[in-house]
Amino acid sequence: MPDPSLARDQRVAIEARGIVKEFGQGPTALRALDNVSVTIRENEFFTLLGPSGCGKTTLLRMIAGFEYPSEGAILLYGEDIAGLPPFKRPINTVFQSYALFPHLTVRENIAFGLEMLGRPKAEITSRVAAMLKLVRMEELAERRTDQISGGQAQRVALARALAPSPKVLLLDEPLSALDYKLRKEMQIELKRMQSETGITFVFVTHDQEEALTMSDRIAVMSKGKVLQIGSPWDIYDKPADRFVADFIGETNFLVASVIATGSNMVRVRLATGAEIDATVTEGWQPTGEVTVAVRPEHARAVASGGHIAGMVENVVYFGTDTHIHVRLDGATGFMVRQQNSRSQSCGFAVGDRIGIDIAADAAQVLRD
Amino acid sequence: MARHFDIRSQPGFPLIALFTFAMLYLPIVTLVVYAFNASDSVSQWGGFSLRWFADAWDNSAVQDAALRSIIIALCAATIATIAATMAAIATTRTAPYRGLGVKYAFINTPLMVPEIVTAVALLIVFSRIKVWTGYSGLGYLIIAHTAFCIPFAYLPIRARLESMDSTLERAAADLYATPWMAFRRVTLPLLRPGIIAGFMLAFVISLDDVVITEFVKSGGQDTLPTYMLGQIRRAVTPEINAIATAFLALSVILVTAFFFINRRKT
Amino acid sequence: MASAADAARRAENEKTRSRWLLSAPALVIIFVAAIGPLFVMLAYSFMAKGDYGDVKYGQFSLDGWFSVFLQRDIFDDTIGIAEAHLSIIWRSVRLSVITTAVTLLLGFPTAYFIATRPRHTREIWVFLVTIPFWTNLLIRTFAMQQVIRNEGILNTLLMWLHVIDEPLQIMYSDWAILFGMVYVYLPLMVLPLYASMEKLDFRLIEAGYDLYAGRLAVLRRIIIPLVKPGVVAGSILVFIPSLGAYVIPRVLGGGKNMMIGNLIELQFGAGRNWPLGAALSIALMAAVMVALLFYVRNAARSGAQHG
Repeated sequence: MPDPSLARDQRVAIEARGIVKEFGQGPTALRALDNVSVTIRENEFFTLLGPSGCGKTTLLRMIAGFEYPSEGAILLYGEDIAGLPPFKRPINTVFQSYALFPHLTVRENIAFGLEMLGRPKAEITSRVAAMLKLVRMEELAERRTDQISGGQAQRVALARALAPSPKVLLLDEPLSALDYKLRKEMQIELKRMQSETGITFVFVTHDQEEALTMSDRIAVMSKGKVLQIGSPWDIYDKPADRFVADFIGETNFLVASVIATGSNMVRVRLATGAEIDATVTEGWQPTGEVTVAVRPEHARAVASGGHIAGMVENVVYFGTDTHIHVRLDGATGFMVRQQNSRSQSCGFAVGDRIGIDIAADAAQVLRD
Repeated sequence: MARHFDIRSQPGFPLIALFTFAMLYLPIVTLVVYAFNASDSVSQWGGFSLRWFADAWDNSAVQDAALRSIIIALCAATIATIAATMAAIATTRTAPYRGLGVKYAFINTPLMVPEIVTAVALLIVFSRIKVWTGYSGLGYLIIAHTAFCIPFAYLPIRARLESMDSTLERAAADLYATPWMAFRRVTLPLLRPGIIAGFMLAFVISLDDVVITEFVKSGGQDTLPTYMLGQIRRAVTPEINAIATAFLALSVILVTAFFFINRRKT
Repeated sequence: MASAADAARRAENEKTRSRWLLSAPALVIIFVAAIGPLFVMLAYSFMAKGDYGDVKYGQFSLDGWFSVFLQRDIFDDTIGIAEAHLSIIWRSVRLSVITTAVTLLLGFPTAYFIATRPRHTREIWVFLVTIPFWTNLLIRTFAMQQVIRNEGILNTLLMWLHVIDEPLQIMYSDWAILFGMVYVYLPLMVLPLYASMEKLDFRLIEAGYDLYAGRLAVLRRIIIPLVKPGVVAGSILVFIPSLGAYVIPRVLGGGKNMMIGNLIELQFGAGRNWPLGAALSIALMAAVMVALLFYVRNAARSGAQHG
């Protein structure tokens, strides 16, 4: 699969080529990965995003060396690493469960990898001290790992994986066990550490918001396939297909028919008869009936007029903004997200008939 | 393909495990095979035969010993199970109270004291009582067996009780059951697998005992194990193998039943 | 108010009484047929020995304890070391330590092997260890005797393989006792080891490999420290009955290769020295209690660590 987001001239850290992974054999075999190809650049924060069971963790475990592809190859700086056991790969993992050794202290945990590599004592001491400082755990260095909090354990796991200066750091949903506030803090901290260390991060998550805020590039996966690779902006604004649009953020789907075709752009007619322009992914010429996606924040509720019309079903206040759920005349639902201002409410009540204005350049044609 | 690295495997471990299992079963299999030997010796194979089983069956000393073993085991296991059930109810699902630690220590003592020590201590006491009272029946063996069976009966009953929801009894009380009715209609039926398992463990333990029996028994009170112990010292014929094999079969059946009772419903 | 408090206290007293009543049968039986006799025996160890066994009642004497390690020469009344006793005690300790070590070396890989089987087959392997565990100790000892006899399967096999030309005399030696004890007590090592390995978090092993530890380093630095409670439990469970073994040395060791258990029996039989027998028993029990104490302290510590 060609990867259009890989335009910049940069060294490739990891390349997965045509990976297939089947668990079990014969007709009952489960295909966890189906011809997956991903290229990860040096120093980038790369995220594998998808719902549970999409194969993202399997791919990560393959890079770490805990699973082996049924077909395909994994290259680290151009070299096939299939034959290397995990302890010979210059790649470290931050495990979802952290997997901190319960019989060792924080300091001993961080030193473990360096000791296994046979580094000199002095180097280990100074490196561990630097790592403790990096994750701000100097005070708790002699604690046992069951005497620290979840957020602290997370930082120790990170320090332990970073201590041997791996070429690539793998992070398997490392923030999923943390509560909301801590998760936000750690997202920023992870970003900081990635830029400070300059190490390539491969991050696995099912949380689309986390992926969008942290990543340089994202690969969206579903059912063992990679659906789209691109920057957060690409993925959010130009979702390649319905799954991606639906999985990332909130989206309204409208049925429309193509009436005119331009370059990367079509004119479509909606069910109401209104006509709008919609963008199309490069090199695709849709015709006939298509699905068009419109993000809720790119639509505006108006008292009269608008491209489409319907009845207000529910108004939900969210503090920063208000969600207005509208039942369209064609019976489909549509959601509008409107920024709140301090002095006045959104001005619509349940049962009101309203129109919806779709901003220019807001619509995207989706592949099914 | 050696390149597929399995994180769980350790080199050589399966081989040692295989050796262990071979070692665990080779002697038993040898013993059983020679029980079916037609020849008089336990080293020369003389073809398949059931004659030693028949001989053992007809041997009145074996009959007496087997019957005695079963009587003692039934009595000891029954008394031990009843006592252990009562003790388990008094010592589980309760906040710690004064005396609880003492009870635990008492109940577990027979597990911790070496058998030979208990055996000679009982010899000292019971031999004196025998002289005083003139009674030298099976009672001594039964009470001695009961004592070391109690902790074995106690373990599964206690485990079962601890996994039981104590709100069930409260629900029964809420529905007008007296404490006794709640026990009979709710606790006891739920406890039954634990009690059966405890009884079977106690029965097997009593049946297997050699050391304590050897020191406590009066003349002519051989159980099957002490009879075998006496025979092993003398000239050995496959008759012993036959007795041991029958004994073994009984134990395996009981243990297998125990295994399945325990597995269902936990 | 006062009456409510009284009622509460009465209910509490009632509960305490019923608890004691319920536990009474078990406690009484165990006291009569296990704990009480130990105290009688303790008293016996401080009495003078009777001429034909038993003791001279109420006649205080330290001879029993004295003769555990020392003996009076029958000709010139000089006091010397009871070498026979010491060698038996030494044999008991030595054979018990070796048995523990050998069962650990065999049991550790076996337990690990079982713990790494797929879940549904694991139960079968455990069951296979449990069966010998619950079969009669005498029968298993007897079975081992048939294997290591001169005409037994072991010698036959070795001769058939031309490793040896004539049968090895294993029976009635320390080797025979060792074979028997390892065989009989092996399940006692495997089961607790398996119990702690079953709980082993294999993600920690993955983390070890991820951090550049090889097979040996993972075994030494991660697996063994994590299953240490099982190692200690198994070792204690094997060491204690080994030290007090009676049937195995009697059947396999013959009359000459005695262990402490047989020495105790001897005092109540042909030796006719009940105070010595009682003293030896108390000493054996004390040794076992020390081992148990070590175990309990270790278990409490590791419990505090992981709980």
